[in-house]
Amino acid sequence: MPLLSVNNLKTYFDTRAGIVRAVDGVSLNVEKEQSVGIVGESGSGKSVTCYSLLGLIPMPPGRIAGGTAMYEGTDLLSCGEKTLRTIRGKRISMIFQDPMSSLNPYMKISKQLTEPLEIHDNIHGKKARHLAIEMLEKVGIKDAEKRIDSYPHEFSGGMRQRVMIAMALITKPDLLIADEPTTALDVTVQKQVLDLIKDMQRDLGTAVIFITHDLGVVSETCDEVNVMYAGRFVESTTTKDLFSNPLHAYTRALEASIPAMHSKGEDLHTIPGLPPDLTKPLHGCSFKPRNLLGDASLCLTDQQPELVETTPGHWVQDCPGCRAVRKSE
Amino acid sequence: MLKLTDLTKHFHTKHGIVRAVDGVSLTVPNGKILGLVGESGCGKSTLSRCVMQLLPVSSGSIKLNDEELTILSAKEVRRHRLDFQMVFQDPYASLNPRMTIFATLAEAVRQRHGKISKTEATQRVATLLETVGIAAKYMQKYPHEFSGGQRQRIAIARAIAPEPKLIIADEPVSALDVSIQSQILNLLRQLQRDLDLGMIFISHDLGVVHYLADNIAVMYHGKLVETGSADDVFYRPTNDYTKQLLNAVPKIARHSDV
Repeated sequence: MPLLSVNNLKTYFDTRAGIVRAVDGVSLNVEKEQSVGIVGESGSGKSVTCYSLLGLIPMPPGRIAGGTAMYEGTDLLSCGEKTLRTIRGKRISMIFQDPMSSLNPYMKISKQLTEPLEIHDNIHGKKARHLAIEMLEKVGIKDAEKRIDSYPHEFSGGMRQRVMIAMALITKPDLLIADEPTTALDVTVQKQVLDLIKDMQRDLGTAVIFITHDLGVVSETCDEVNVMYAGRFVESTTTKDLFSNPLHAYTRALEASIPAMHSKGEDLHTIPGLPPDLTKPLHGCSFKPRNLLGDASLCLTDQQPELVETTPGHWVQDCPGCRAVRKSE
Repeated sequence: MLKLTDLTKHFHTKHGIVRAVDGVSLTVPNGKILGLVGESGCGKSTLSRCVMQLLPVSSGSIKLNDEELTILSAKEVRRHRLDFQMVFQDPYASLNPRMTIFATLAEAVRQRHGKISKTEATQRVATLLETVGIAAKYMQKYPHEFSGGQRQRIAIARAIAPEPKLIIADEPVSALDVSIQSQILNLLRQLQRDLDLGMIFISHDLGVVHYLADNIAVMYHGKLVETGSADDVFYRPTNDYTKQLLNAVPKIARHSDV
């Protein structure tokens, strides 16, 4: 049985411009100790998917319009705030992109680290402080005993992200949701942070959901990847398959846009236009107007394509236009 | 051609001297792109600020087309500043939200050409927008009406408007999605070819730098630790720090060629 099983999640926002279907029918399984990636452009609904799971969507204007998210027999979407509070930060933790705005600047690190222990594990005082120091050492902060009494601004960006990770993992959660954890960091620091998450995952057996737009990060960290476009998954498969055998035109377009996959002087592939306006209900394939690597004329126009399993474990939206491969010019 | 010789910039602080730029020598020929890489705090931005004449240098020389820039008076500096333009990371922050695209670009054009008629300004702005791939009919719109990628195009149009000799692009694609990033990189390459511009391209993404730059300079603690052609630095690094930096780049595992 998977650790977390999301089925047909729909998160809508009621705005003056109409209903924004930010997440429109997303299903996802996370097994114990697994790393699952969600990739896509800004606005594709990656973050909203994860915020929905933890009840972090502001309501109104947001609302969960359908679906279930089963975690150890509890439906996270309908269990209510009280139950969710016992899970969030304890069994499922989250780290965010910007460590400066997600740490409280007025609070010493010590207080921020021991707070989850006090709330969830009823550990207080010296014992909590001791555990916090231990955790800081684990995430590679030297001189932890002294540093624990510092404020967030006294740490560099990479160090702050380490503090965030320590905070998220101090309760030994089953699942860690990492929302663009390294986007704001340097490559060298990025590597350290990714390695750290991997190490902690191995030591604690935590499963991780990685939200990122960086296919390089996905390739290095995830077992499975979901490619998200306009609120839906267009392709889900193992990381290995995604790069060796991408099926959907959007996945292929993303991979073709990365400079690292081109030789010098070669023109990069660009995806024309913009993602669709999610306030209008989509009829047919959402990627049709931007589909250059498939055959846009074959894209579905009367119904939204469903995910189908082409080979075991490799799911792709069944749109003939997006699955078609254009002969290279 | 831009030529830096033994450039240093020291800051005197309570805790002693910070050698932000410590004896950097490099050249950027016209029509070539120099990729400048290094982690935060290595002095990349201080170096570019010195070149832009926004910070006085401690010692060393900056020559643009054989003209020494470090000895210019404040007034002359202002005149020369048109020759360098910058493109910043965040196109949301670098355009004035209360000015139309026309107003922003016309202001920049007038910097170079003085008072020109409205018709001429309109014409020049239209040409600029066309160069960066935005339809001229949008020139009366405001920055918020454009997407992130379009805004970065406008910021680039703004930078090339005063007909500079050198552009410093400071992480111009870091804030953009991959699909938009590729559009901007294609645009920068096209401009380099068409306008014969020298460019310093600052980025922490080595994949992007290797793809775009002709030469790469690796900076560490205020010093250049390695310079060379993009392929040499990328495939045959000799310096330990460069190797470490390259090692940190997430690699996409290719299992078969697509």
